[in-house]
Amino acid sequence: MNLNKMEFTIADLRKGERGIISDISSRNIPLKLLEMGCLPGNEVELLQVAPFADPMYLNINGSHLAIRKETAALIFIDKLSHE
Amino acid sequence: MSKQINVALIGNPNTGKTSVFNALTGLNQKVGNYPGITVEKKEGICKLPRGVKAHILDLPGTYSLNASSLDENVVIELLLNKNDKDFPDVAIIVSDVENLKRNLLLFTQIKDLKIPTILVINMADRMNRKGISLDIPYLEQHLNTKIALVSTRKNSGIQDIKDLISNYRELSVQPCLDTSTIDSSYFERLAKAFPNQEPYKLWLVITQDVNFGKMTRQELDVSKFQTKSEGELKRLQQKETIKRYQFINKVLKEGQTIDASKATSLRAKFDRILTHKVWGYVIFFIILLTIFQAIYDWASVPMDLIDSSFVSLAEWVKDTLPAGIFTNLLAEGIIAGIGGVAIFIPQIAFLFLFISVLEESGYMSRVVFLMDRIMRRFGLSGKSVVPLISGTACAIPAIMATRNIEHWKERLITILVTPFTTCSARLPVYLIIIALVIPEGRFLGLSYQALTLMFLYLIGFGMAVFSAYILDKILKSNHKSFFVIEMPGYKIPLLKNVGITVLEKTKSFVFEAGKIILAISIILWVLASYGPGDEFNNAEAIVNSQHTTLNNLELEDKIAAHKLEHSYIGIIGKGIEPAIKPLGYDWKIGIALVTSFAAREVFVGTLATIYSVGSADEADDTIKNKMAAEVYSNGAKVFTLASGISLLLFYAFAMQCMSTLAIVKRETNSWKWPLTQLIGMSAIAYVVALIAFQFMK
Repeated sequence: MNLNKMEFTIADLRKGERGIISDISSRNIPLKLLEMGCLPGNEVELLQVAPFADPMYLNINGSHLAIRKETAALIFIDKLSHE
Repeated sequence: MSKQINVALIGNPNTGKTSVFNALTGLNQKVGNYPGITVEKKEGICKLPRGVKAHILDLPGTYSLNASSLDENVVIELLLNKNDKDFPDVAIIVSDVENLKRNLLLFTQIKDLKIPTILVINMADRMNRKGISLDIPYLEQHLNTKIALVSTRKNSGIQDIKDLISNYRELSVQPCLDTSTIDSSYFERLAKAFPNQEPYKLWLVITQDVNFGKMTRQELDVSKFQTKSEGELKRLQQKETIKRYQFINKVLKEGQTIDASKATSLRAKFDRILTHKVWGYVIFFIILLTIFQAIYDWASVPMDLIDSSFVSLAEWVKDTLPAGIFTNLLAEGIIAGIGGVAIFIPQIAFLFLFISVLEESGYMSRVVFLMDRIMRRFGLSGKSVVPLISGTACAIPAIMATRNIEHWKERLITILVTPFTTCSARLPVYLIIIALVIPEGRFLGLSYQALTLMFLYLIGFGMAVFSAYILDKILKSNHKSFFVIEMPGYKIPLLKNVGITVLEKTKSFVFEAGKIILAISIILWVLASYGPGDEFNNAEAIVNSQHTTLNNLELEDKIAAHKLEHSYIGIIGKGIEPAIKPLGYDWKIGIALVTSFAAREVFVGTLATIYSVGSADEADDTIKNKMAAEVYSNGAKVFTLASGISLLLFYAFAMQCMSTLAIVKRETNSWKWPLTQLIGMSAIAYVVALIAFQFMK
């Protein structure tokens, strides 16, 4: 892992924050998630979290999905700063 | 040439596919199962001009042709098998105007199979509100298809679909993109090995093993062509998905404009409250209470009506038809049996009414979201909440409601533990025993009796969760669990959809489970009405000689009781007495245990008969008084606090419901699981009741 670069995943997002998917840990991510729009280059916004921040309710590329935190931690993003 | 056109309705979940199906077929539809599996098969007929009929098959919702559940696998197996009698002449892809991008992924896959395809863009009535406009001619041209813009809510566009089906031969079968470019050399080799097959079709067959496991009904054998590792295949599938999205993005960039400034969304506002960390749970709890209240309150009226009509029907049959075996079988066996099925109809109908409203409105996904974390600790899924709650009314619709849990292990555990929740059939048993053995008195203003009842509900739920936890540790799962749920937009439920769901689910319960309940009722009747030897056959003479002072009514009761004792079922009761004695029960309770295997509420009725309470005065307190007066030969009471508690606990845990076992058999498609349930739950019930009695006596 490149320690010089900050590595964020969707699991690190806070409510209302957004990011661009940069990379996905491909072996462990179910194809279904990709098919639902979770692909590099697409924007993610964390809309809502259940208690303990798990599961996470996301808007990925216009799709509204909830995934468990363990899955969210496998999707790397570049965080977008608040404007 | 056949005049019937085979049409397959395919689409992502939550696109209103079922609404389109209902709009095309009306009530002209039937629901069955695919052979060998429990996936629901919905088909119907749609009448087209010039006497042509379209056979419409509503396939399970799927996000792509790469199946990850049994439901999705049905879709791909059908589309890959040209010999299947349901193989579509034309495929209709139903998409939702708000999620067109994602919906088109499946569309491009179907197109690559070179099946004539119609694209239905549903929920067109929401376009204005969402600021979406579409260039239909552009989209038709670039997607090589014909498009029907539909609103099932406004009932518009349905005729367009019918016209397109009629003229399906004019549809293009040109694929949208060339899959083979993801790895040209691999696909070239594939084409060489199977020169007569579509490359994309081969690719699907090969990757299906990676995704889901062996296909069962494939016509192609690709087992000899395995030149890539699973990891490589997975990477290629990802590449394929990315390529498809690139194509879709390119087309939509021109063909679709979204003016975000015009979009108004209620979603965010509703979500802020309904998925709130505190308010979300409070609202969920209030909705639950309302549903329970409604099911108990509203359903009790029609249930009483059904009950009394069947009782009077049975009486009428007995009075009208000539006396004899056939009349008795009809009145006591068959009519009582059908009544036993019909009595559940109101609760099932109400429950499915609420469930389908919650599902159609989009709220159910929010509940799943809220509950997933908690349920996961016990090997369940957020999606298990609905069945566990429904189980408090009746385990049968609850088990039917597990179908949307995509992970087999989580679904199986939910099915197995749901019967622990206190269903309404346990209530009459609880009420009479509590009244009998729990003393009156109050603790903190609450009566002991009410507290006992509440405790019984709590241990039922507790045992369900606890056994889920144990099963989670024991059961092995062959595919990995992951959880993703789409959070659909909020919608007002369509009356037609809700109505059809309630009708279909109720029908399927009555006919599927009904057959088995009826059979068991008849068997029980036979066992209770016949017996071997003199004691049974000469019961009248024997009782008459023993009791000479009784009046006729009392005498008849005595004769009935004597006959029962020496009937086959009485012999069974006597036979199991040694086993149930340590639990504090006598043989008469034993008979009630055996008969209440068909359904728990039979317990009270059986004891009523055995304690020779005449049918003339079958009021509860009479049974209660008789039960209270029941003594062993040494004068000790049969129903004490110890034996009463033991009995309550036994009924709390034991699997005594034929109908549930029948449904579990149907849903798991094997006798293994209902038998596991029967043996496991009965064992738990026995041990707990034994410990309770031995400690308290």
